[in-house]
Amino acid sequence: MTDTLTKKDFKSDQEVRWCPGCGDYAILNAVQQACATIGKPQHEVAFVSGIGCSSRFPYYMNTYGFHTIHGRAPAIATGLKTANPALSVWIITGDGDALSIGGNHLAHILRRNLDVNILLFNNEIYGLTKGQYSPTSPAGTRTKTSPMGSIDRPFNPISFALGCGATFVARTIDTHLKHMAGVLEAAAAHKGTSFIEIYQNCVIFNDGAFDDVADKKVRDDRTIDLEPGQKMIYGKDGDKGLKTEGFSMVRCAPEEASTWTAASPYGAPAFLMSGLDHDPEMPNPIGIFRSVDAPIFEDGVNGQVSAAIEKKGRGKLKDLIYAGETWDINS
Amino acid sequence: MTTTTQSGELPLELAETVVIRFAGDSGDGMQLTGNQFTTSSALVGNDLATLPDYPAEIRAPAGTRAGVSGFQLAFSSRDIHTPGDSPDVLVAMNAAALAVNYKQLKPGGLIIANTGNFGEKDLEKAQLKTNPLADGSLDGFRVIEIDINKRVAEALKDSGLNAKEVQRCKNFYTLGLLYWLYSRPMDVTEKWLRDKFGKRPELAEANITAMKAGYNAGDIHQLFQGRYDVKKCQELPNGTYRNIMGNPAVGLGLIAGAELAGLEIVLGSYPITPATTILETLAAYKHYGVTTIQMEDEIAAICAAIGASFAGKLGVTTTSGPGMALKTEAMGLALMTELPLVIVNVQRGGPSTGLPTKTEQADLNQAIFGRNGESPIPVLACATVGDAFECAVEACRIAVEYMTPVILLTDGFIANGAEPWKLPDIDALPRFEVKFAQDKDGFLPYSRDEKGARPWAKPGTPGLQHRIGGLEKAHLTGNVSYDPDNHEFMIHARLEKVMGIRESIPTPKVEGAQNGKLLVLGWGSTYGAITEAREQLHRKGIEFGQMHLRHLYPLPKGLAEIFARYDRVLVPEINLGQLARYMRGEFQNVEFLSYGRTLGLPLRAHEIAAKIETLLEQ
Ligand code: SF4
Repeated sequence: MTDTLTKKDFKSDQEVRWCPGCGDYAILNAVQQACATIGKPQHEVAFVSGIGCSSRFPYYMNTYGFHTIHGRAPAIATGLKTANPALSVWIITGDGDALSIGGNHLAHILRRNLDVNILLFNNEIYGLTKGQYSPTSPAGTRTKTSPMGSIDRPFNPISFALGCGATFVARTIDTHLKHMAGVLEAAAAHKGTSFIEIYQNCVIFNDGAFDDVADKKVRDDRTIDLEPGQKMIYGKDGDKGLKTEGFSMVRCAPEEASTWTAASPYGAPAFLMSGLDHDPEMPNPIGIFRSVDAPIFEDGVNGQVSAAIEKKGRGKLKDLIYAGETWDINS
Repeated sequence: MTTTTQSGELPLELAETVVIRFAGDSGDGMQLTGNQFTTSSALVGNDLATLPDYPAEIRAPAGTRAGVSGFQLAFSSRDIHTPGDSPDVLVAMNAAALAVNYKQLKPGGLIIANTGNFGEKDLEKAQLKTNPLADGSLDGFRVIEIDINKRVAEALKDSGLNAKEVQRCKNFYTLGLLYWLYSRPMDVTEKWLRDKFGKRPELAEANITAMKAGYNAGDIHQLFQGRYDVKKCQELPNGTYRNIMGNPAVGLGLIAGAELAGLEIVLGSYPITPATTILETLAAYKHYGVTTIQMEDEIAAICAAIGASFAGKLGVTTTSGPGMALKTEAMGLALMTELPLVIVNVQRGGPSTGLPTKTEQADLNQAIFGRNGESPIPVLACATVGDAFECAVEACRIAVEYMTPVILLTDGFIANGAEPWKLPDIDALPRFEVKFAQDKDGFLPYSRDEKGARPWAKPGTPGLQHRIGGLEKAHLTGNVSYDPDNHEFMIHARLEKVMGIRESIPTPKVEGAQNGKLLVLGWGSTYGAITEAREQLHRKGIEFGQMHLRHLYPLPKGLAEIFARYDRVLVPEINLGQLARYMRGEFQNVEFLSYGRTLGLPLRAHEIAAKIETLLEQ
């Protein structure tokens, strides 16, 4: 590359059409910036999305893009990335797209460990269909389809991803630009499926859903950034810590805080942290829950094709057809 | 039949066409036995056709009617078109197999019954109150009783195998017996067994011993009054042949099609009866640059194929009816994004889970009409096993030349049926090389060439970044557009593109009478039965025209002129008249009569012939 890429290089000519104030704008900005920082040229990058507000994202990126059908982006990305492993592939999805209709595909892409980045914009509501409860809405959420409150227990996207054996699991917040940039770059650097949950504010149908932890005023005291290799210390003044005690996580003085590891051979520490959400006594974890190495799907698939060609030689059509027991008729 | 004498004592009769049905328990290895007999007959030079008929359950309770697995095969010194309406010979490995099958046997037909499985318990499991071998049920048939269980045990008493392993060689004993009866060579099967049991040579030897014991039993025990020979078929066109089943033929056709397009295949699939063996076939051909991905479900399977097509590969997905239902939305996406994609539906009995292992042609409506919106997708159907190869190539051609998903319909009968396949001259197959968009200047993702196809620009190509998706596209730019006029324009553009395929397909030929009272119009796997019916009636001096459609959507040009040459058109199909109804809509001045059967079985030639005779008498 001769020129360094800038954020502008990743902006498409399409007018962005989310509601004013939607958290999606900040994410789009951060992703365009991250792409410039990562420095892969636009034509080697592809954004694949499903259906929902967030899934309009590819139209706004000056890269290759595929706005697919509801829930199926991981499956389409699997074909795309396997067919061309040189591409940097990003999947943009939402809580409904990824965890309702597309739950199966999300589970399977995570277990396969395709080398792609999945950004799940979690706003705990269906935005595009105008405000029905989603699979991440807390039980009791009142919407037009749940006038007496939703009954369903919600998914925790982080626990879901961990349960699927995801090799990179992180969380960030739409308004926390610096944090988001760090997480996006770490995700892009990770070899394997990177799963990022982004708390995204839907100003129209679920405004302030994450304010209790994500609002700038309380954020430092109500969240803890999981940084691999760092002490688990949080708070505006760095005055709070977390440590393990038996099978639990407890608050402690900063000097007693445990050191966070995202690379434990077991998923247990990450699961433990993902369970802290919505506990008013505890900080809500963001940052990197898990980051481990595992074989990459497309490498395995393409490796078998190369191995077969190496072993048997590139197949010739004639040998394919004239195979097995043949006989001639000449009368 | 002519009788000659051979060196042995028994007369050797020449037979023209023989239909054998092997029937036994699911665990008895009848499919294998049938396949071996088929291969040996193919190598003798017979024309042949097969019809495997097995239960959906992998191992239904042993000895019951539900567990009966059958394999029917017709082999002939003539050019034949079907596996036969009714067998000449029934091999019944147990009481249930006899009970299920004997009524379909030809009058005077031969039954070879394994009396080792006709005990009281066996009869009970087969829901028989009395033993059909003794109660007169089989009057009118020739019955050979032989205790195969016992004979195999004797033959293998020194093999060192345990009793269970010995009994598993029963099918090869039976095969040997039939090889003797029909003068087939055993060497191909011998070789096959040695290859198959390479790691356990004692099993290969035991099976070979059993087969030879069966063969010798024919000679020594004078079970039969004579043996038969079916000579090499001289009616087949000159060429090199191999025996093949429909699913592998589709698989080979896809590989050939991709190669002719200069592309590599990515198959996204999910196992489903009776389509799975296409996935299995392609998975074994990785050295042809074939990538197979077994996805988590039917939807993911087609989506992975679409993703691969976006990347510049030839995306393919293979399935059967219920899987087609699941893939429907994604087909619409492929159509809207105008990406090439081949979708193979090996039709089975429906609706719902239906009859997974049986055949039917009832997904025609689904293929042509079964999507939301105005969604034209080309539909082809294969007529025979050999045709499956050509149709798969044709599906690839249409997909890449017109940038469109294409549906290829086969069915369970073609999928599992085997036939001698005259191998195509590979070098003579026309190529349809894909040219990817490269040039940045004036690149418009939804501009169209003279065929109406949009450019195919692979991600990774500098300067051609563009976005596609399921929302309505603006003409030329491909940007999202809600404009009413653009929507209508694009609906027409997509339809006209698909209709334009007619320019590249031939008008089908009419066989038999070129005009007259009746044209019989078929599609898909009924070709053999209709042809057989035509030949049967021709021998009686009755003539009619026969036309078979490969391209079902769009329809080839020139059909109206052909229909006009006949008083009426009869449409036999394995459904309740789906093609007939479609034709009535397309050609309102033509009288289409439907002949639909839905038994889960191929149409029977003599039934079609009877229907035609009645019509022509009217
Ligand atoms: S509905 Fe909500 S999520 Fe959708 S664009 Fe508007 S603010 Fe954003």
